[in-house]
This record gives sequence, C-alpha cells and structure tokens, in this order.
Amino acid sequence: MTAATARETVGTDPMVPRLFRVVHTRRDTRDTHTLVLEPTDGVPLPFRPGQFTMLHSFGVGEVPISISGDPAHPEVLEHTIRNVGAVTASLVAAQPGTILGVRGPFGTGWEVGDGKGGDVVFVAGGIGLAPLRPAILEVIAQRSRYGRVVLLYGSRTPEDLLYADDLRAWARDGGVRVETTVDNGPPGWTGRVGFVTDLVPRAGFNPVTAFAHICGPEVMMRAVATALRDRGVSGTRLRLSMERNMKCGIGLCGHCQLRELFVCVDGPVFDHDRIGPLLSKWEL
Amino acid sequence: MTDVRVFGSDGLDATIAVLRRRGYDVFGPTLRDDVVTYGPIESVADLPVGRGDEQSPARYRSRARGDGALFGYAAPVQSAKAQFLPSDELLWTSRPGDAASGPVIERQAAERRPVAFVGLRSCDLAAVLQQDRILTQRAHADVAYAGRRAGAFLIAVTCSDPADTCFCASLGTGPSPGEGADVSLTEIVGDGPHRFVATPGSPRGTELLDAVGAGPASDEDVAAAHRVERRAVTRMGRELRTDDLVGVLYASTESPHWDAVAERCLACTNCTLVCPTCFCTTITDAGDLTGGAAERRRVWASCFTKDYSYIHGGSVRTSTQARYRQWITHKLATWQVQFGSVGCVGCGRCITWCPAGIDLTAEVATLRAGDTALKSSRAAGPRPSPRED
Ligand SMILES: Cc1cc2nc3c(=O)[nH]c(=O)nc-3n(C[C@H](O)[C@H](O)[C@H](O)COP(=O)(O)OP(=O)(O)OC[C@H]3O[C@@H](n4cnc5c(N)ncnc54)[C@H](O)[C@@H]3O)c2cc1C
Ligand code: SF4
Ligand code: SF4
Ligand code: FES
Repeated sequence: MTAATARETVGTDPMVPRLFRVVHTRRDTRDTHTLVLEPTDGVPLPFRPGQFTMLHSFGVGEVPISISGDPAHPEVLEHTIRNVGAVTASLVAAQPGTILGVRGPFGTGWEVGDGKGGDVVFVAGGIGLAPLRPAILEVIAQRSRYGRVVLLYGSRTPEDLLYADDLRAWARDGGVRVETTVDNGPPGWTGRVGFVTDLVPRAGFNPVTAFAHICGPEVMMRAVATALRDRGVSGTRLRLSMERNMKCGIGLCGHCQLRELFVCVDGPVFDHDRIGPLLSKWEL
Repeated sequence: MTDVRVFGSDGLDATIAVLRRRGYDVFGPTLRDDVVTYGPIESVADLPVGRGDEQSPARYRSRARGDGALFGYAAPVQSAKAQFLPSDELLWTSRPGDAASGPVIERQAAERRPVAFVGLRSCDLAAVLQQDRILTQRAHADVAYAGRRAGAFLIAVTCSDPADTCFCASLGTGPSPGEGADVSLTEIVGDGPHRFVATPGSPRGTELLDAVGAGPASDEDVAAAHRVERRAVTRMGRELRTDDLVGVLYASTESPHWDAVAERCLACTNCTLVCPTCFCTTITDAGDLTGGAAERRRVWASCFTKDYSYIHGGSVRTSTQARYRQWITHKLATWQVQFGSVGCVGCGRCITWCPAGIDLTAEVATLRAGDTALKSSRAAGPRPSPRED
C-alpha cells in the first residue's frame, strides 16, 4: 500500500475523491438540506452549471449530487440534498467540520449561454430546482444578454418549495418572472395549486427565441417537454437533466446506460431531440 | 518475409519457465473440477493435456481426446477478464487523519506481479483488446486496469477444435489470433510431429522466441497451421449475421418476443459473469460508523439484477423482459454506437453456461425474422413505466 493524500492523486485516479469540509449547513425543507463545502487543500472546483459530483460520506457510501452553488464562486461547493435513503440521510446529517469525499465535477452542463439574445424558460419540479440554480445565477449575472427570463416551479406542498429567499430575490432584483405552484395547498394557501405544466401557457415567452431548461421527475419532464414543444419550442432549444443509477460517474461502470447513452458522460443534460424519443420507451 | 517459428512442447515448457524467471505470474488453461479455466501454471504439465470438451446450450462436458493436444478444447469457463478486471478489487482504504487535513486515503499499489497468459483463445484476446478500448482509451481511464494491462505478456493460440456454441468466425475474432498478442501459436497434432507454429506480434514476442531458441518454421509447418485454422472454421456450430444489428435491435425495442425470452430467462447473471467483454462493476463501501477506517471495493455487476438500475422510487428495469433486452441490445447494437465494434466475440460462453440454454444467435435471428410483425405491435404504444405509478 502506498499512502497518498487525496490531493496527490487528483488527476491521476478519477476513482479517488478529494476531501472537502462542510463549513455551513442550511435546512431548506423538512427533508432537504444544503451543504456548503470548502476544499481542504484550498484548490477551487470550477464547474459548469448542470454538472454533478459523486459525493462520498466516509464509511457509508457515495451518490451523484448536482452542484447547486454559484458558478462565479468555485471556491465553495454547494450541494442541496433530499434525504431519501441511507447515503442521503448521512449527508443531510453532516455537521460543520465534517469531511466528505468529492469526485468530479462530471457530466454535461445546461450551457444557458447558447440562448443568449432570446428568452429563457426554466421549469423545475421539487428538488429539480437545485441543478438549475447555478444556471439561473449565470443568467442573472449577465441579465442584459437575455430577453425575458421565466422560472416555473412546482412542488408537492408549499413547505417543499426550495430557496424561498432566492425566489424572492430573483423576482425582485434578478429580472426573473417567478411562478410557483403546488400539488396540494393546505387551508389558507393563497398561491396556485396544480401541475407545473399548467403554468406553461401563460408564462409569457417567445417560443421561437426561447431556450428551455427542465429538471424534475421523469414524468414531469416528459409532460413539460410536450407542453413546450406544442407551443413551438424546438427540440434543440429544450434541455433536460436525466437521473440514472450511477456508480462511477465517468463512463466505466455501465450502470447509467440509457440505450447507447452513458448518462454520466453524455449527460446528465441532454437536448430533447436526442433524449425525448427514448423516454417514451418502456423500461429502457 | 514474416517471421514464423516452430518448437515442440519442450519449447513451450521453456517459454513458461522464461516468463516465470522474468517475474511474471503465468496463467494458462488448467482443468479444475473437470472444467477448463485459466489458472496459474508452472509448466506444460499443468495444462489440460489430452483433454477436450463438448459445449452446447446449457451443457459442458470434459472429455478425453485420445491425443496429446494441449489446447484441444474451446472457450474455458472464465476468460482473461478475471485477471485484468478482477471480480472484487480494493479501490482504497481510509483512516482518520488529524482534524486539519481529514481522513487519509490509501490507494492499493500495484502489489501484484505482472501477468502472462500462455494459450489465450483468440476470442479472449479480442475481448481483452475491447476492454482496453473501453476502460483505458475513453475520456476517463481505469487506472488499476491500465496498470495491469501495461505489464502483461500475451501468448494467444489458434482454436483447433471449436465447440457447437462457437461463432467467432462470424465476428472476425477467430479462430486465429489477430493483432495484440506478443506471440500467436498454432498447435499441430496428428499432422507430423506434435509442434507449435509461433508468430511474434511485438518486439517482446520476438525476443522471447529468440530466448527459447525457437527456430524458423518450414513451408510445411506453415501449411499445417493453415490447415488447422481452416478446419476450425468449418467446425463452428453457430453463426451470427452482423449486418444491421443496430437497426434490428432498435426496431425490436417493443417486440412481443421479449415476453417469450423472459419466460425462460432466470435473470441469474451467468451470461454476464462469463462474458469476456462485459465490464460492468459496482462499488461497495464498508466502514465503522464511529469515524474509523473505511474501505471501498469494486465488484462485478450485471444488468440482469434489479439493483443495477435502481433509483429512488424503484428500478428502471423491473422486468426480465427489459433486462434481457438491455443485455442483448448492449452486446450487439449499442456497443457499436459506443465503442465502434460489436460487443460479442463469439466465444459461446453465455450459451453454454445459461441454465435455460438461451442462445443469443437464435434470439437475434428470431428478432430479425419478426421485423414486420414487430412494427405493427409497436404501434400499440409504449407500456407504462412502473416508476410513473
Ligand atoms: C446526475 C444526478 C444528479 C442528482 N442530483 C441530486 C441533487 O442535487 N440532490 C438530491 O437530493 N439528489 C440528487 N440526485 C439523486 C440522488 O443521487 C439519490 O437520491 C441518491 O443516490 C439516493 O441515495 P440513497 O443511498 O440515499 O438512497 P437509497 O434509496 O438507499 O439508494 C441506494 C442506492 O441506489 C442508488 N440510487 C438511488 N436513487 C438514485 C437516484 N435518484 N439517482 C441515482 N442513483 C440512485 C445509489 O447508488 C444509492 O446509494 C441526483 C442523481 C443523479 C443521477
Ligand atoms: S455475448 Fe456470449 S458469445 Fe458473445 S462474447 Fe459474451 S459470452 Fe461470448
Ligand atoms: S451486457 Fe449488461 S453487464 Fe454486460 S456490459 Fe452491457 S450492461 Fe454491462
Ligand atoms: S455512472 Fe458509471 S458509467 Fe455512468
């Protein structure tokens, strides 16, 4: 055995993680927490919005998690994690000071810049807002380069809406039209109730110039993609982010295959033209 | 003029001895529990001397050949995969470090000696080259695999007596070894003296043949080697048409034929475990939760398990239909899109070791023939995915 700090192995073995320290945590909803991490070696982790890391809780396991932070600040790494099982439970419980392993960033990005000059439509369902957040921040940072910017965001209940402060700030100072809806509104809820697809017809964007970016459960993405294409958004200006089991993140373990695609390296962000036909196939 | 040499079985013994002296762990076919498999060998005596085999769907029998052939059988149960991409491998361990720098990760060093194969089947050689391309020549490389392969020495052999399950000739992966071996051998039995015609495939191969004193082959030796190859081609029990496999399998995505296969398929994973090209792996983590030592291992995985495609809320491929479709579509179609070649080298192992005797060459022929029927059934539309309930 040769001892090596993670830093020495960066770039040599993509299966060995770098070490990051949790410096701050935030409880976003009853089951979702955001972790702010810093590299123990001080070397920043530049990323493209839409990319993910393989996040490792020592002794528990490693899972793919999208980067939810600001691409202008690669010196901190942000992840927003929903607790659904063993590894995510351990991650959301991480306290400041905890060391986690990070491999990546991996995969394709949203490349929102491709839509400069036109309108931008973001459609998120539930935790799907996390992978879109860096892209929204990228657009806001260059707000004048884009036309209308719309965020359509649906969640199960009002308590499940992520980033309430961000949503207010993006609407107030960011020039983003933010529309939210919930599947179930409790008594006294004055906001909208219904599916996020219902927001599409009145979102107020030009389908010819618009670029759309969708992230959420697969059924939701299919419905939204259909709604957007029906309004005239072309399949090359419509992107969505896929979820598949991932064990390596680098195209070697096979798990994430979706027909000929490796979701970890060919995606997770795909043009609808490419991925749309595969989504309608049973258990592909 | 191509450099072709010849030696007897004493020359083969000398070859094994030289490789061992040079620090290689030498592997070759050996008989274990009456089944040929690649294992450690120290001399020609460790090879399955005079043994042959019979392979057919769901059936393997070892038999006495009645001659002294050393390589007179078809594909061993396991390929070289187990040596280069081990079924269970430690990736790294970690132990708690000081508070400032966090855990210390220790990688496993190249603790093993380099591996040499003597008597690697040509189909298995082709599979090694496929795994090289997949695991070391794409965007990210498997560092440990690359290390093991870089040091390896490969002596491949022409298949003289293929089985009923073999179809490498359809795929161009045999019966004679193609490029990539350091030395390629053809064993000649019962056609003049028992001897091996050897062609070097690398400078290291030439040097090894010089070191064991292998002299030049005669025209008659070369002609005898060709006869072995030609006879082998005619003895293969199966064939796989390779034209338009992508089209055939993509058009079969919603074929009713998957129901028929699933009635027989046990999803036991045997086919992926014995397949020399299947490369899928998974990760296992173990550690004590008090923050002590932890370890990560990588183990073989199979697309036939439900876990393989698990995501929160349920597996993507819950049905055996979908999992068999994934397997055969990957082997024969999507592999071509991903890596530029068919993912099958025609070794026949998945046919022999399938407890239900499912034969991919027959399945793909059925799908080919059913092309028009499938189109009409597809119009009925996709079945709902269970993840969306
Ligand atoms: C590209 C990508 C980005 C993601 N980004 C986020 C994110 O930003 N925030 C977030 O909360 N979740 C995200 N996920 C989902 C997250 O990876 C899963 O929730 C997580 O793997 C569940 O692991 P678990 O051990 O807690 O759950 P369990 O249900 O116990 O899962 C067991 C194992 O199955 C696999 N698995 C289970 N669910 C998934 C899944 N949905 N996707 C992939 N593998 C899975 C993992 O290997 C996991 O360890 C993302 C998934 C992908 C593929
Ligand atoms: S698919 Fe079957 S015949 Fe083809 S290489 Fe794999 S085990 Fe051999
Ligand atoms: S056939 Fe299945 S196990 Fe084999 S490489 Fe393809 S996905 Fe992996
Ligand atoms: S996650 Fe391993 S190949 Fe994509």
